Amino acid sequence: MSTLYSFHGGIHPPENKQQSTGRPIGTPPLPARLYLPLNQHLGNPATPCVAVGERVLKGQRIAKADGAVSAALHAPTSGTVTAIAPHAYAHPSGLAETCIVIDADGRDEWQPRQGFPLWQSTEPAEVRRFLRDMGVVGLGGAVFPTSLKLASTHLDTLVINGAECEPYISCDDLLMRERAADIVSGIAIVVRLMQPKRVLIGIEDNKPEAIAAMRAACAGSDYQVVAVPTKYPSGGAKQLIRILTGIEVPHGVRSTDLGVQCFNVGTVYTVARAVEHGEPVISRIVTLTGAVARPQNVEALLGTPAAELMAWAGQAPNSDGVIMGGPMMGFKLADTAAGLTKAGNCLIASSAELFPPRPPAMPCIRCGECADACPAELQPMDLYWFAKAKNFGKAQERNLFDCIECGACSYVCPSQLPLVDYYRFAKSEIWAAERDKKSADRARTRHEFRQFRIEREKTEKAQRLAEHAAKTAAPQATLPTPTPVATDKPAEDKAAAIKAAMERAAALKAAGSATPAVQSEDAKQAAIRAAMERAAVNKAAREAAKEAGASSAAPAPSDDAKKAAIQAAMERAAAQKAARGAASLGLPETPAAPIVPNNVLDDAKKAAIQAAMARAAAKKAEREASEAGQQAQPAAPAAHALDDAKKAAIQAAMERAAARKAEREHAEAAPADKAPTAPAPGPATLDDAKKAAIQAAMERAAARKAARDAEQHRPPQDKDS
Amino acid sequence: MSGLLLALAIMAALAVLLGAVLGFASVKFKVEADPLVDKIDAVLPQTQCGQCSYPGCRPYATAIAAGEADINRCPPGGEDGIHKLAELLGVDYKPFDEGAAQPKPKSVALINEELCIGCTLCIQACPVDAILGSAKQMHTIIASECTGCELCIAPCPVDCIRMVPVGTTLKNWKWDYPVIPIASIPTKAA
Repeated sequence: MSTLYSFHGGIHPPENKQQSTGRPIGTPPLPARLYLPLNQHLGNPATPCVAVGERVLKGQRIAKADGAVSAALHAPTSGTVTAIAPHAYAHPSGLAETCIVIDADGRDEWQPRQGFPLWQSTEPAEVRRFLRDMGVVGLGGAVFPTSLKLASTHLDTLVINGAECEPYISCDDLLMRERAADIVSGIAIVVRLMQPKRVLIGIEDNKPEAIAAMRAACAGSDYQVVAVPTKYPSGGAKQLIRILTGIEVPHGVRSTDLGVQCFNVGTVYTVARAVEHGEPVISRIVTLTGAVARPQNVEALLGTPAAELMAWAGQAPNSDGVIMGGPMMGFKLADTAAGLTKAGNCLIASSAELFPPRPPAMPCIRCGECADACPAELQPMDLYWFAKAKNFGKAQERNLFDCIECGACSYVCPSQLPLVDYYRFAKSEIWAAERDKKSADRARTRHEFRQFRIEREKTEKAQRLAEHAAKTAAPQATLPTPTPVATDKPAEDKAAAIKAAMERAAALKAAGSATPAVQSEDAKQAAIRAAMERAAVNKAAREAAKEAGASSAAPAPSDDAKKAAIQAAMERAAAQKAARGAASLGLPETPAAPIVPNNVLDDAKKAAIQAAMARAAAKKAEREASEAGQQAQPAAPAAHALDDAKKAAIQAAMERAAARKAEREHAEAAPADKAPTAPAPGPATLDDAKKAAIQAAMERAAARKAARDAEQHRPPQDKDS
Repeated sequence: MSGLLLALAIMAALAVLLGAVLGFASVKFKVEADPLVDKIDAVLPQTQCGQCSYPGCRPYATAIAAGEADINRCPPGGEDGIHKLAELLGVDYKPFDEGAAQPKPKSVALINEELCIGCTLCIQACPVDAILGSAKQMHTIIASECTGCELCIAPCPVDCIRMVPVGTTLKNWKWDYPVIPIASIPTKAA
């Protein structure tokens, strides 16, 4: 029998475990729908590897581990994936998290189970990868991927944590009572992977049945079952290590550095189930207790909504919520529709009788009770002061991050201060500040590099120009250049490349004009001409607007702009019609089929570009017009801007109507024209219709924007007048 | 007389020696930039948005260090930023000016990829190279690098960029400052 040590502080809250230990582990009915959050372990969320609508079998992997610190997720029952969408999630924030939703088909059909029978002879790394793919994580509360914890080898001591110190929770107790053999085979696997010198199983002495069961199961092995005195929080990893080995894990040091590693009994149980039976982590033992009619432990499928479990246990009508985890470290579920997660060891139906509201907080009297109770040997009152004053630097100096948030300080505080809330607040503020700092640093580097890049491009350009000038000057003076400078070479290469490209382009052009697809060229030219005309008109309008602004002719600018816009629209329509005509004409005249779809595609693109250009031009013209208007007539009526918006809307409507009409005409003409050439007209008209629709939508957007701009311009005019 | 001369010679030699040491030190340990600028720059949020009327965070930091600019000109830094600058510079806290730009929740730009025409104007405007794309190709924002400076919005000829506030996610959720909840106490009717 080894000597036991004690850790600093600790409390003895009422245990309240006997309520749920009277019944064996039950099996609740299969839920109709399961919600499996992708982010239920520490590290990166898992990546879904099933699609919505896919049928999955029980135990089938539905999400892969993403990176080293991550774990896979498996279907807890057979059924259909109905959604991968945000759903209520068991988290103190109450935020929704992406969940895979599975509708159970009731058959509970397993996929072929494949364990890892050769775990004794295979490389430990292989077994660790297998466990990661089986979704094995720490079930004690931290949900840290177990495969990573197993990586340290040749330990001095392996600690198996069966302490379960938090009130109300009895899931590990029942697991040890009923399934000790599986736990011990799990320990054997962990021992093979980690090669510890000794194995200590720590169980609090308030669980005599569990201790007896574990001792019986361990008979014949050299695993020691140690009964440890009941004290909260002896189930904390650092505290249990201290009790069993006397080793105190200092700040900033990992227990493995001192030759000790700690696993929860639930975790080693899942290791055994995965390796020996090929069962991934799809269910867990969870304690249903508190204000319920039948408090007990159940083996529930992951993803089962908490509300269903509580309803099955008979949640009392006066219960006002569900706490996930224990009363000391747990949190109230914001939404009981949240699915059970791998970390969910206990669900407590809370009620005013069980958990009376905390009396109002009084000022801290610096009595030091909290320091006496703190198992991490911190000075909670100092941390409280600094967190309250938002003096986070000082809080960090006092080792805020060694706080395990066990709640012992809040429990003993005579002033009823919610101390842990302050520490959590301070921790999350510090994390947020670190995140901001990191992103600011990244932005600074990126900005500095951009400036460096711009500077470099500038100098390179100047250098290129200088070289070019030197080269054009050089041949006249001295033709042969026997001393080629190193920097000259790339420039020459580039020049040659440009020349080659130009030649290629010329050849292409020549070839293009020789092909029968002359119509497309014509259409292109027409479009270009139209665009040029439009540009000219725009320019004229702008100049007119400027002149109008100068000569303060009141209604002129908006009229001009309107006229110009209408004209532009008409021209656009004409160009489009021409293009369309060319495209449809192209059909009967040129039997070469493959050109047609290309043409149509080109036209569509052209139309889109044109529309975008028109939109840009309209925006600019309007801005200028409104500016000019503002300058010219400070006392203009407020209705002016409204008129503009109206005008734009009317215009858009007109254009839309014109497009529709053209389309209709075209559609009517098309069958008559192209009756002999059967295959082509279908796609062509369809494309046209699409084009027209796109254009109409774009113009609608432009009109809306114009209206918005007008709205924005109005208030200052109001003020002026 | 010779004593006096000797003393003078020793003093002169000392002066030359010390002068040489100082001269060497000033060359060897030369500080290129004002270290205060770096410290101020480290406090600024690096959005490079220009809302302070300086072309970027560092120019603003330089202006603060030179005493040319106030410390309350950085809306993205928020009240916290002003407090930090006040503490660093040993001056009084100064709230944001009335009518000046006020802090707003952090957002990132989003390009409507249906409307984008691939003009590259926003790419040229982005101070942190957070926009990906090339001429006549659709552009997109690298959301994780976007500082929310809004400098890309004005140059867009087709108005396809808008700002989307960054919501609370599990990654950036924070515990609230503990407050005493106010609950209504049921009273018995008399």
